[in-house]
Amino acid sequence: MLNEKPTVKSSIKAYLYLLPMLVITFTFNIYPIIKSFLMSFYTKYDFYTDVVSAYGFSNFTYLWNDPDFHLAVRNTLVFVVGVVPLNIIISLFIALLLNKIKRFAGAFRTIYFLPFVTSTVAIAQVWNWIYHSDYGLLNYFLGLVGINPINWLNDPNWAMPALIIMSIWKGLGFNIVLFLVGLNNINTRYYQAAEIDGADSWHQFTNVTLPLLSPITFLVTINGVIGSFKVFDEIFALFQGSSGPSKSALTIVYYLYEKFYTEWKYGIAAASGVVLFFLILLVTLIQLWYSRKHVHY
Amino acid sequence: MKKVASILRYTILTLGALIMILPFFWMLSTSLKTQPETVQIPPVWIPKQLQWGNYVEAFKAAPFARYFVNSVIVTGVTTIGQLFTSILAAFAFSKLRFWGKNILFLIFLGTMMIPGEMLIIPNFVTLSNMHLVNTYGALILPWLASFFTVFTLRQTFNSVSDQTYFAAKIDGASDWRFLWHILVPMSKSTITAVTVLQVIGSWNAFMWPLIVTNDENMRTLPVGLQAFTTDAGTNFALLMAASTFVIIPMVVVYIFLQKYIIAGISNSGLKG
Repeated sequence: MLNEKPTVKSSIKAYLYLLPMLVITFTFNIYPIIKSFLMSFYTKYDFYTDVVSAYGFSNFTYLWNDPDFHLAVRNTLVFVVGVVPLNIIISLFIALLLNKIKRFAGAFRTIYFLPFVTSTVAIAQVWNWIYHSDYGLLNYFLGLVGINPINWLNDPNWAMPALIIMSIWKGLGFNIVLFLVGLNNINTRYYQAAEIDGADSWHQFTNVTLPLLSPITFLVTINGVIGSFKVFDEIFALFQGSSGPSKSALTIVYYLYEKFYTEWKYGIAAASGVVLFFLILLVTLIQLWYSRKHVHY
Repeated sequence: MKKVASILRYTILTLGALIMILPFFWMLSTSLKTQPETVQIPPVWIPKQLQWGNYVEAFKAAPFARYFVNSVIVTGVTTIGQLFTSILAAFAFSKLRFWGKNILFLIFLGTMMIPGEMLIIPNFVTLSNMHLVNTYGALILPWLASFFTVFTLRQTFNSVSDQTYFAAKIDGASDWRFLWHILVPMSKSTITAVTVLQVIGSWNAFMWPLIVTNDENMRTLPVGLQAFTTDAGTNFALLMAASTFVIIPMVVVYIFLQKYIIAGISNSGLKG
């Protein structure tokens, strides 16, 4: 009974259960996936009538030659490199501390996780205010230790760091929770064994904790990289509907949004989406390849 | 030595917690200030007289009541709809036999690799052709199914043994009855977790609602708040009051349902 082959009757029944989900996903997921790959080859397209009169590679050559797109790719990579490693180091550190204490661990976790549930747009308004060059809280604190005010949001050199700081702050809690799960799953017997062998706490960390935590670290890295590649809300809200001073926070998804929504260049926007897809795929494959060698399950 | 280490741990954690909480505190504090107080240096931590009137003023300065209703409708319908389609599909994938099951499952797993931002353009075209831009339809329809939710629920349904299923069938329970009277109640905590995460996700969603609404009356709270920043200008007290009432509902949800949110996220970690 368990491994019986499907019959006509059982299949029809199952598809009735699947029907609502299938209708929605085919219309709004599967079809658009195919469509957006096709669209990236549309060179003459009337969106009102949905009629395509020419196909070609010109959208991709446009991206290849567009300095704005180069900037968007570069900024996206800077953002990923700025956010992901720092976020992982800080959240692992906090998780290790939380794992060691007995009292108030729950209360601390609640606080660290709070930014995760808050609207990015709303909290970015608060950060926008904190970063204010004249009256902002951050410059006030910097002033206390003798650092001159920084024009966080209007100086092209500081816009990206400002975005990175806010994003790390917002994303910490999520990773802390995952690391805590990983730490809880490590059998205490490993530590007892290490102690008998005379390992100090640093060696316990590098030889027991880190290797046994590597599946979670891997997951957190993949999540973080993919999420950071797609950054948009933070930029739009922090820089009030712009890509930052001199486009210093223009990322790939922001580029896609501008081409699509403000310039109505659907083909180019779709092509930039395709590039984003392949970049994410490439990074994921590299990480998978790396994890085969270094992640211990 | 042990005591020193413990004190050190608590000190670092407390400092960290202060940094995490500071933006929230600063938001509340600013929202209750008079305008001169907002730009005072050194900063005023606790305003002399709490200006509750700022909230009333901010609420009236833009159609926030309307935005709020829109957000509630969109979040509610999206969450319930998605849960319904996902429970049915997860049941089929977990307990029913049908042709194409493995292929279909693999196709859906593959779609999870695609960045959702890619789908915005074709979905916008589809919805414009259906004349649904600037309606609840555009805000809700694309989110009525989520393979991620199906996948999560299927895992939970799989943990209920097939024997239970067959036993119920022998007792004369139909599939529909088994699903809603046995399987769903048995999976209550996972269902609660995915529901809460979906509510938070929908409430905070920004890019899609921004793209499909130019009509002020159809904006959700985050889009409305973003539009309000232009009107508020340098009136930071009003802006912070407005940000507060976008954030508060999810903080309340979080405080009451924290257990499920953490469990939901931890679960996704265990699977990985």
